[in-house]
Amino acid sequence: MQVKFYSGNIACAEGAIAAGCRFFAGYPITPSSEIAEHMALRLPQVGGIFIQMEDELASMAAILGASWGGAKAMTATSGPGFSLMQENIGLGAMTETPCVVVNVQRAGPSTGMPTLVGQADVMQARWGSHGDYEIIALSPSSPQECFDLTIRAFNLAEEYRVPVIVLMDESVSHMFEKVIIPPKEKIRIVNRKKPRVPPDEFLPYKADDFIPPMACAGEGYSVHVTGLTHDEKGYPQATSPEVQERLVRRLCDKIRKNERKMRDIEEYEMEDAEIAIVSFGTTARSAKAAVKFARKKGYKVGLIRLKTIWPFPDEYFESLDGIKKFLVVEVNYGQIKLEVERNVGKNRVELLPKMGGEIHTPEEIYKKIREVLQWK
Amino acid sequence: MNIKDLPDEDYFTPGHTACAGCAAPAIVRNMMKIFGKDTIVYTPANCLLVFSGTYPHLAWKVPYLHEAFENTGACISGIARAYKKKGRKVIALGIAGDGGTYDIGIQALSGAAERNEDAIYVCYDNEAYMNTGIQRSGATPYGAATTTTPAGKKILGKLEHKKDMAEIMRAHEIPYVATLSISHPKDFLEKVKKAKETEGFRYLHVLSPCPTGWRFDPSKTIEIARKAVDSGMWTLYEAEYGEITKIYKPKKKIPVAEYIKGQGRFRHFTEEMIEELQRWVDRKWKRLYGEEP
Repeated sequence: MQVKFYSGNIACAEGAIAAGCRFFAGYPITPSSEIAEHMALRLPQVGGIFIQMEDELASMAAILGASWGGAKAMTATSGPGFSLMQENIGLGAMTETPCVVVNVQRAGPSTGMPTLVGQADVMQARWGSHGDYEIIALSPSSPQECFDLTIRAFNLAEEYRVPVIVLMDESVSHMFEKVIIPPKEKIRIVNRKKPRVPPDEFLPYKADDFIPPMACAGEGYSVHVTGLTHDEKGYPQATSPEVQERLVRRLCDKIRKNERKMRDIEEYEMEDAEIAIVSFGTTARSAKAAVKFARKKGYKVGLIRLKTIWPFPDEYFESLDGIKKFLVVEVNYGQIKLEVERNVGKNRVELLPKMGGEIHTPEEIYKKIREVLQWK
Repeated sequence: MNIKDLPDEDYFTPGHTACAGCAAPAIVRNMMKIFGKDTIVYTPANCLLVFSGTYPHLAWKVPYLHEAFENTGACISGIARAYKKKGRKVIALGIAGDGGTYDIGIQALSGAAERNEDAIYVCYDNEAYMNTGIQRSGATPYGAATTTTPAGKKILGKLEHKKDMAEIMRAHEIPYVATLSISHPKDFLEKVKKAKETEGFRYLHVLSPCPTGWRFDPSKTIEIARKAVDSGMWTLYEAEYGEITKIYKPKKKIPVAEYIKGQGRFRHFTEEMIEELQRWVDRKWKRLYGEEP
C-alpha cells in the first residue's frame, strides 16, 4: 500500500495505469490537461503509448482503434471536447468497443467557464450521440474515488463492451487529497471475454448473455467491425429492420438489465430519513456537511450519493417509499432531478440548482433543507 | 512601408494581460494599424482571446467574435459572405494560434481556402498550446520539451518535426500566402499591407516567440525571432496563386545550435539532436533557396 498526495486528475491517470491502461490519446483542454500530461510522462515508463492527437474527434477514434488492437485505452477531455467526441462515442457503443472517456466537467454551454466547475454534462453523457444506446457513467467525489472509479470504469468497459464515461468535475480534478494506492494484487482487474470456440465457429456479435466475446484482428478469428447495423456475423445489414431490432435491443438491454450489478450508491444517514438529498461529484461533499449539521439540529435528513450515474438506479428510487421529499443538489439547472422525478413523481422532488462556476456551500443546502421541511 | 509610416490610431490597445515578452500583442497591434477600423476579428480559443478578449481587459476597438476552437476558417467564411451580401466592404479577419491552425482548425481552414473566401487568416505560431499549459502541437519543433512531450530518460522531447503549414496553404494556390516575423518589421508591414490590398483568401503566418513556453528571458523576444530567421528555423517568403514571388534570405546563415541556445525547451539537446534539427533546417533551406546551405 502506498499513500500519495494526488489531485483528482493525477489520481485518475494513475488509476487508469493501475487498471492496465496502456494507450492514451488526447488533446489539451482545461481542466483535464493534467491527465494527458501525466499520461505523457508515465505511459512510456510502463511500456504504454501516449499520443497527442490533432483534436478530440481523433482522440476518441484513436482509442477505439487501440481497443480493437487489444489495448485498454482511455482519453480525457472537458465540455467542448466531449461534444466533439460524441459521434465516435456512438461508434464505440455500436461496435461494442471497450474504452474509457474521462470528462472533467466545466461550466458550459460552449466555452463557458473553462477553469471553473460544472455538472451539466450528465444528460450529454447519456444522450450525446445519435440513435438509441445505453452507456455507463461514474461520478467520483474525491481524488481517492478518481483513482478507484477509473479502475472500475475500465472493468465495466471490459465486462460490458461499452465506452464508460468518468464524469469528473473541475473541483474534484484540481483538488489535492490523500490517495491510498492498494498493492497490485489487491486491485481487481477485469479483462474482456475472449472467444472459446474454434475460429470457423466464431460469430463476433453472437451473444448468449447480451455481451459477445471479443476477438482482435490477428488472433485467428474473423473480424469485421462496422458502425452500420450488423448481424451476428458482424456483417452490415443496413436495410433489415429485424437485424436493427435485435441489435439495438441488445445494445440497450445489456446495460439496462444489468443495472443492479453496476449500482453504486453511498447512503448516509438514510435509515430513518424523511428527506433525502440526492447529489453526486464534488457537490455531494457539501451535501454531506449539510446533512451532518441538519442531523445535529434533529432533522431527519439523509444523503443519497450516486457514484454510478448511468444506468440510473430506477428500481432503487422506486423502493424509497418512506422518503417524503427528495432534494436534488447539482451544479446544473436540473438534470438528475428529471431522472428522480421520473421514478418518484414530480410532487416529491425539490431542486437546488447552481448554474456553475462554484459548488453549493453546506449553508445553502442547509437553508434549502429547512425550506423543504416547512413545506412537507 | 515602414514603421514611421504607420498610422497613430490603434485598434488593439494596451491594458491586456499578455505575459511579459509575448510577441502576439506586437504582431496584432501592428497588423491592426494597417487593417484599420472596418475589420471584424474572429478568434478561436487561444492566448490572444484570454489576454485581450476577456472583461475588463478587452483590448479591441473593432468588433470581436470568439467561438469554438475548430472553426476559424468556417466562421470567417460566414462573416465575409454576409457582409458581401449586404454590400459592405469589411475585412473578415481570423486570428488563430498554431494549435487552432495546424491541428484542430486545418479542416475549416483548408475548406475556406479551397472556396477562396474573401477573408484573411492569420496564424500566430508560438509552437505549442500555450494557453492550456504548453502542450505540443503540429507546430512544435523537433526535440522541444512540452508538458506532453517531456524530456525524460525514455523520450527526449518531441520526436517529430514541425509541419510546414505555410507550404500546405501555398499548395491551395490561394491569392496570397506570406510568412512573417516581427524581427523584420519592414517586411512584416509590407506583407500585411499587401494582404489587405489583395482579394480572395489570404493566409499570413507569423512566428510568435513565447518566453513562457519556450523558456527564455522576456527581453530576448525580438532577438530570438531574428535568430529563427537567420538560422533558417523560420523562413520569410510570399506566394501568389501558389508561386513564390518573394524570398527573404538572411545575409549570413547561423547554425541552429546558436538559435536553440538560451531557450529552456531545448536545454536537454544532445549533439545528435542538434544534428537532426540542423538536417531538417538544411533540407528546408535547400527547398526554398534551391541551393546547398
